[in-house]
Amino acid sequence: MFIKLIEFIGTAIKGPLEETGRIILLQGSVFKWIARRPFELRNIAKQMLEIGVNSLPVVLITAVFTGMVLALQSYTGFKRFGAEGLVGSVVALSMTRELGPVLAALIVTGRAGASMAAEIATMRVTEQIDALETLATNPVKYLVVPRFLSGIIMLPALAVISDIVGIIGGYFVTVVLLGTSSTSYMKATWDFLEVEDIYNGLIKAAFFGAAFTLISCYKGFYAKGGAEGVGRATTGAVVISSMTILISDYFLSAWLF
Amino acid sequence: MIELKNIHKSYGGNHVLRGVNLDIKKGESLVVIGGSGSGKSVLLKHIIGLTKPDEGEVIVDSDVLSQLDEDGLNEVRKKFGMLFQSSALFDSMSVWENVGFGLKRHTDFKNKEIKDIAVEKLRMVGLVGVEDEMPSELSGGMRKRVGLARAIAMEPQILLYDEPTTGLDPIMADAINELIIEMRERLNITSIAITHDMKSAFKIADTIAMLYNGLIIERGSSEEIKNTSDPVVRQFIEGSAEGPITLEGIKR
Ligand SMILES: Nc1ncnc2c1ncn2[C@@H]1O[C@H](COP(=O)(O)OP(=O)(O)OP(=O)(O)O)[C@@H](O)[C@H]1O
Ligand SMILES: [Mg+2]
Repeated sequence: MFIKLIEFIGTAIKGPLEETGRIILLQGSVFKWIARRPFELRNIAKQMLEIGVNSLPVVLITAVFTGMVLALQSYTGFKRFGAEGLVGSVVALSMTRELGPVLAALIVTGRAGASMAAEIATMRVTEQIDALETLATNPVKYLVVPRFLSGIIMLPALAVISDIVGIIGGYFVTVVLLGTSSTSYMKATWDFLEVEDIYNGLIKAAFFGAAFTLISCYKGFYAKGGAEGVGRATTGAVVISSMTILISDYFLSAWLF
Repeated sequence: MIELKNIHKSYGGNHVLRGVNLDIKKGESLVVIGGSGSGKSVLLKHIIGLTKPDEGEVIVDSDVLSQLDEDGLNEVRKKFGMLFQSSALFDSMSVWENVGFGLKRHTDFKNKEIKDIAVEKLRMVGLVGVEDEMPSELSGGMRKRVGLARAIAMEPQILLYDEPTTGLDPIMADAINELIIEMRERLNITSIAITHDMKSAFKIADTIAMLYNGLIIERGSSEEIKNTSDPVVRQFIEGSAEGPITLEGIKR
């Protein structure tokens, strides 16, 4: 009975452990190739466009509505004990410390992470990755490094934009719709917000950028089995990346703040 | 120039290669024949180091592939051009960018020069005016020829062809055979081709090797293979369903 249980746990964690191991190996090989010429600048630019610029509209809409609903809810709640004046602080702190980076990361994972995994998985199952190798081109350097770098650069950028737009959304609801004074909202925003809040949010964002690109590329890279395999890789990339973002978010927050 | 020593390879319980020995001399044109699923493509991938043998060694110009690091392996691979059975074109790039990929990465040519070279290589394989199209817009036979143009673009010393004429009409197939012969005569290229097309095999081969049950069961000049006494090889080159090779699941 006891042996059975251990066996069961063993098989249950073997897969994830193996996978974690291979992701760490991929990480190692990314670091090995990152500093070597050629620097794949064109590829990096293309990926930055894909990850950053093309995700911008969705990130903007999400951030503005998150800021708005945050303001609306905290206004309703705080009003009960006469603390409406603190709505600006709540919005500013929540957005910069937490929601800006996390929401941006989740959205980009759903968009760019999924397409990364699907593209690389397709290249794998149609032997395009083999073809790269026969043309003396390291596929980690050519495919993974540019995506990884773009993730690390673009997610903090999206997080900053998300922070600002969220605060603007909160301002709009509190000041324009609910009629609180503009100066008191801005004062509440600035009084409690510290540079460290923004800075730590950006560190988280960079970490999320590294995590989702690495996981998505990994899933694509080890895909097998035709169209079905491509589908599995894509789903796996989004699920595992999102989980990693949310779980690591807690630990990073506990550690950073 | 290329030597395979006792290559074994299994996938799960499927023991595909069971001790393949083969050596190919410089300038030689070897054709590998064998039934579908016998491991010909797997064998070809071992030669260029895409697949690592479970046992045995691949030696290219005295470099033992398993002892090379990544950079060493890439240097060896620059001697090769490979045509994949499935073409394996990069579908995010146009036709000429596919053909010029190696030049772009390993030479200092400008884009315009690369495109000119790509157009010329495409012309050699009978493709004109498709350089700006995307691979997805081409027919299967056209893609195969783009793959061939990509393989020869860097003028490699060794060419690996995985079924170069499959999917081509008979006239085009013969033109590709002529191209393969010409490449060898003009540039003294060493080539290894896989084919099911016996007409093409006898046309392009100096020597023919047959892979069967994970082993090279016979190797000889085209003439020797034509007059073979081995019943398995005999059956294969005659393309007969009657003989020692039985087809599982097919009733006769
Ligand atoms: N990556 C792989 N994973 C698992 N099995 C594989 C893999 N590659 C090849 N095989 C198996 O190895 C065997 C030989 O495959 P291979 O593609 O070399 O055949 P082939 O001789 O080229 O056949 P064909 O003439 O049909 O192209 C097949 O049974 C195939 O299922
Ligand atoms: Mg094959």
